Amino acid sequence: MAGAAPGGGASRSEVYRGSGPRLLLPAWIFIGVFLLLPVILMAVYSFLTKEFRGGVIWEFTFAAYDQFFLNRGLFGDEPPTIEWTYLGIFWRSIWQAGLATFFCLLIGFPTAWYVATRPVSTRSVWLFLITIPYWVNLLIRTVSMKFLLRDTGPLNEFLMWTGVIAEPLSLINTNFAVQVGLFYSYLPFMVLPIYAAVERYDFALSEAAADLYCDSWTTLRLVILPAVKPGIVAGCILVFVPSLGAFLAPDLLGGAKTFMIGSLIEEQFKGAAGNWPFGAAAAMILLTVVMGVLLIHARAQMREDG
Amino acid sequence: MAKTDLRRFAGFRVTTWLCLLVLYAPLVIVAVYSFNASTSITRWGGFSLKWYVDVFTGPEAPRFRDAAINSFVIAIAAATCATIIATAAAVAMNRTGRFRGKMASLALINLPLMVPEIVTAVASLIFFITIGFKTGLMTIFVAHLVFCIPFAYLPIAARMQSVPDMYEQAAMDLYATPWEAFRLVLLPLMIPGILSGFLLAFIISLDDFLITNFVKGAGIETLPTAIFGSVKQGIKPNIMAISTLLLGVSVVLVTLSWVIGRAGQSRN
Repeated sequence: MAGAAPGGGASRSEVYRGSGPRLLLPAWIFIGVFLLLPVILMAVYSFLTKEFRGGVIWEFTFAAYDQFFLNRGLFGDEPPTIEWTYLGIFWRSIWQAGLATFFCLLIGFPTAWYVATRPVSTRSVWLFLITIPYWVNLLIRTVSMKFLLRDTGPLNEFLMWTGVIAEPLSLINTNFAVQVGLFYSYLPFMVLPIYAAVERYDFALSEAAADLYCDSWTTLRLVILPAVKPGIVAGCILVFVPSLGAFLAPDLLGGAKTFMIGSLIEEQFKGAAGNWPFGAAAAMILLTVVMGVLLIHARAQMREDG
Repeated sequence: MAKTDLRRFAGFRVTTWLCLLVLYAPLVIVAVYSFNASTSITRWGGFSLKWYVDVFTGPEAPRFRDAAINSFVIAIAAATCATIIATAAAVAMNRTGRFRGKMASLALINLPLMVPEIVTAVASLIFFITIGFKTGLMTIFVAHLVFCIPFAYLPIAARMQSVPDMYEQAAMDLYATPWEAFRLVLLPLMIPGILSGFLLAFIISLDDFLITNFVKGAGIETLPTAIFGSVKQGIKPNIMAISTLLLGVSVVLVTLSWVIGRAGQSRN
């Protein structure tokens, strides 16, 4: 955007010159002490020795990471090979999050386009309708989905009533149900940034393409998609990142075979397993991947902005 | 030559309606079934308000009432504090020129949005246990306050950017102190942004399940953790009634925030 000041579009005004640091102090104290510091402490915990039934012993060890990545046999005395259990869970999380991102894009892009090309008078109403579900409690939305997908739930009843199926489908506790849950949870996150990008799109570009005998789908592919790419990328990140660490959808809609990294971490602290350093290590690995994605995006954006 | 509309693509309108259907169908279905007279949750047995009566007077009523009080007290407290902190931060980012650590501060304010929720939950639990901070209402409040700050900050900062600083400069030319310029000039102009920031923070606090579940401690519940606990034993009709109530609260608050935001815009 031309004319925007550095600092996330902050204005250059200096009316209260000199009091910036003082005004930011409360934000630094609360986020610094109650988020930044805890995350650092969690990193430390991932290198400590586990205490049975939760908690830690303050002795340095790589045991948690060792357990995540390496298999040393039942008694821990065999030469280490790669441990696939947790990498498998991690891979499933990435796959499910990626798939959810793809489906959200498939539905979200046409929706964002359609809403952004409505007349100004009705546009904000459309946008409002898309945003409302985002503000409704995620737990309630996931419970609604669970209710809908049950063996004797409304979806199965409806399909049997129409005669499409004779027997109810077992939908709950499958990867499919988790996928539907993730898609449903984060769909609004895809629509909003794409909408913002389409709203700024200059339709003179489409006219120029049409004058040069470009049909509408080719225009979409060669002109529109590159122009709104930043919005698409932002939407994909906003869906992928929370899907990756999701807990409610896999927990309520899935079962043991659909375990994702969020449930693995939760179980170390809330469940019977109770291995805090291992849970902290798994959380660190998740955090590293997420921060990596965000960093790559930030650098690519900076390069584009010049 | 007939001019084709360059904004139109076949199938995009159908997809949009499909999107709305997907977003709303599960919520509408649960809301409808919450008025079901039948005890079986899937057979329709006629219209009835009995599950709403059950929420307020049934065997689980005291548990839900305590959870609702906790939820609202924490949401009001966390959203109020987050709004004050976010307003101060927005003034710093938009009205004080350049200073050292400005970019780092912006990253810090957005940090709660970037760290995955499960990671925040685990880190908070570890932190509170390590420093010996007893888990309970206080830990829930502090944790909520932290993740409410960026949600309050976004609409407040957006509003402040759209208010030119000439009014405050005029006030200060007439010998107003910086505090007077802020309180008597900027603050009144900022009311719509501050209100929508507060409401968003309030809804976000009211909605949170995961972080609350980690830092709440034994015996303390908020509405989402109480609902989660019940759902684990199966979806009962009273859960659908209480979910519908909470859904209604969210919708009303978001609508309020939207109307306030629009009123603020149209006045400019």
